[in-house]
Amino acid sequence: MSKELIRLRDLCMAYDDELVLDHLNLYINDKEFLTLLGPSGCGKTTTLRIIGGFSTPASGDVLFDGVRINDVPPYQRQINTVFQKYALFPHLNVFENIAFGLRMQRRSDPKDPKRKGKLSEEEIRERVMEMLEVISLKGFENRKPDALSGGQQQRVAIARALVNRPKVLLLDEPLGALDLKLRKDMQIELKRIQQQVGITFIYVTHDQEEALTMSDTIVVMDKGTIQQIGTPEDIYNEPKNAFVADFIGESNIIDGIMVRDNLVQMYGRQFPCLDGGFGENEPVDVVIRPEDIDIVPLEQGQLTGTVTGVTFKGMQYDIIVDFRGFKWLIQTTDHSPVGAKIGIKIDPDGIHVMKKSVYSGMYGDYSSFSDAYDELDDAEAGEDEDET
Amino acid sequence: MKRKLSLFAIPYVIWMAIFVVAPVILVVLYAFSSKHGFTLDNFARMGTYAVVFGRSFKLALIATVVCLAIGYPVSCMMSREGPRFQRIAMVLIMLPMWMNFLLRTYSWMAILENNGLLNQLFQKIGLIDLWNQLFGTNLTFFPMMNTQGAVVLGMVYNYLPFMILPIYSVIIKLDPSLLEAARDLGADSVNVFRRVILPLSLPGVLSGVTMVFVPSVSTFAISTMLGGGTRILLGDLIEQQFTGGAYNPYLGAAIALVMMVIVVLCMWVMNHFGEGEEQAVML
Repeated sequence: MSKELIRLRDLCMAYDDELVLDHLNLYINDKEFLTLLGPSGCGKTTTLRIIGGFSTPASGDVLFDGVRINDVPPYQRQINTVFQKYALFPHLNVFENIAFGLRMQRRSDPKDPKRKGKLSEEEIRERVMEMLEVISLKGFENRKPDALSGGQQQRVAIARALVNRPKVLLLDEPLGALDLKLRKDMQIELKRIQQQVGITFIYVTHDQEEALTMSDTIVVMDKGTIQQIGTPEDIYNEPKNAFVADFIGESNIIDGIMVRDNLVQMYGRQFPCLDGGFGENEPVDVVIRPEDIDIVPLEQGQLTGTVTGVTFKGMQYDIIVDFRGFKWLIQTTDHSPVGAKIGIKIDPDGIHVMKKSVYSGMYGDYSSFSDAYDELDDAEAGEDEDET
Repeated sequence: MKRKLSLFAIPYVIWMAIFVVAPVILVVLYAFSSKHGFTLDNFARMGTYAVVFGRSFKLALIATVVCLAIGYPVSCMMSREGPRFQRIAMVLIMLPMWMNFLLRTYSWMAILENNGLLNQLFQKIGLIDLWNQLFGTNLTFFPMMNTQGAVVLGMVYNYLPFMILPIYSVIIKLDPSLLEAARDLGADSVNVFRRVILPLSLPGVLSGVTMVFVPSVSTFAISTMLGGGTRILLGDLIEQQFTGGAYNPYLGAAIALVMMVIVVLCMWVMNHFGEGEEQAVML
């Protein structure tokens, strides 16, 4: 798990004078499920295309197993790709689609230097059938792609890439075209396949939930730079700045002052917390997740505010509470009517303090929340919001 | 498929009935009759014209192959250029079609004549002298007019756009990620072409071949103007039955019918050759 497989060194890339990648540095471990997460235009797809060999970086190096592969064409890399819209060959049936890569293997094959000569027809048949088993599509080998559902096409695309036994599989928003239910099933399916074949998956998405569900490591990107690298837990619990906090899950982000270690001041009140290492009285961003806030009777509250909106979400209520003009999102199982005055209490471990960054003040206020709320669940709309 | 015909389809149906179905029925009726009523005589005389049939199909086939050999690479190259180049190239390809067909063919006569543009050019650059020295001949010009080559040239020139357009429009619509996928799976450029581009552009090739072959078979005027008129083609033969001294519309209809049947058979065979997947546009 810890062996380094790919290293991106100081990658820069520009389209039409617009910097898409800004001195990107990243290493990727063997057998890791790594997700590049960010809004559209953040450079994640460009990074993937550079690893796959479809784009050449303006400057910087791509190292594979310690060897520079900038100029190695895609067909000589031990890397295969699952394309966004599957890109299955419409004139070939499922079997031939999956067999395509195997039929392309030639003498002195760089993907398998030990093998001499072409694969025999039986070998191809065996390996395709094995893949059909992995993706649970046995019996579909004679179908044409257009006779398959979106989810089935997706799995064929994965099989077509995996049958070549690459060391790395690149996936470019592969679940984007599927409906919600299927997407959730495929997330689990993908993770299972990755563990079964035991290779590195590099996954590109703008869907934070997808990233949290499947990844070993998440790389959050914005404007061509990496904002944070970490495990899903790290990224969610310890976001580095307001952008990450807002992009991953829901966050209330409040201006605060770090009085001293383990004590932060918001709204003129002091709250105990678990963070430290800041300067005395340093201005900070404070992240409070909606589910970490307890509603208590007014007189027991650390803060008091007025409920301005309530949405029933099945498992919980999403309520919007106005604290002196700044609107918070609180997720609770107790119903509070609009107009009610409530008190809130936040445990020290529910408070996360971040250094100020260029993103400070841009996110974390839910004033426009009720208007756009339903769209927030939709990844596309969420993405648009993040770009503005 | 809708079971009921849409209201909006009615004008189309009427159009087809008047201008397609009715003429075909008339041709069939004429072919099986003479001034005195029903007869099979027209078809009995068909053997006389076997040579013309053979020549027409041979020249049309050659013209189609030449069009394909030129049109396919041109379409491929065009699709790789920028949108601006593609627009200009498209206009250049279409431009000759906006001029009258006879005018274009007359221009070729001026170009190919014994003292025409090309021969004057060859004399100027000494190509003819060189030829005479190399082969011991004594030419003052290359005889290009009144040859079957000139006829094929005329056909290719006139029908080439009909080959380029369908192939180009199929290739331009190929999803670039298909080509990337093929490269990703280990195909070099030869294999990307052979295993992805070529099979996926076959529907365009089929309709291009149809659109060149069919009018080439029935072409007329070109052979008279560029071929000297001694070795006539089917189109000329049919024309003679309607306008010439040998006025015989019944025979003309019969020849047209036989030609139509052969062409339809050719197309049918070809479409099944392409696995019958996407049917070429029949015109």
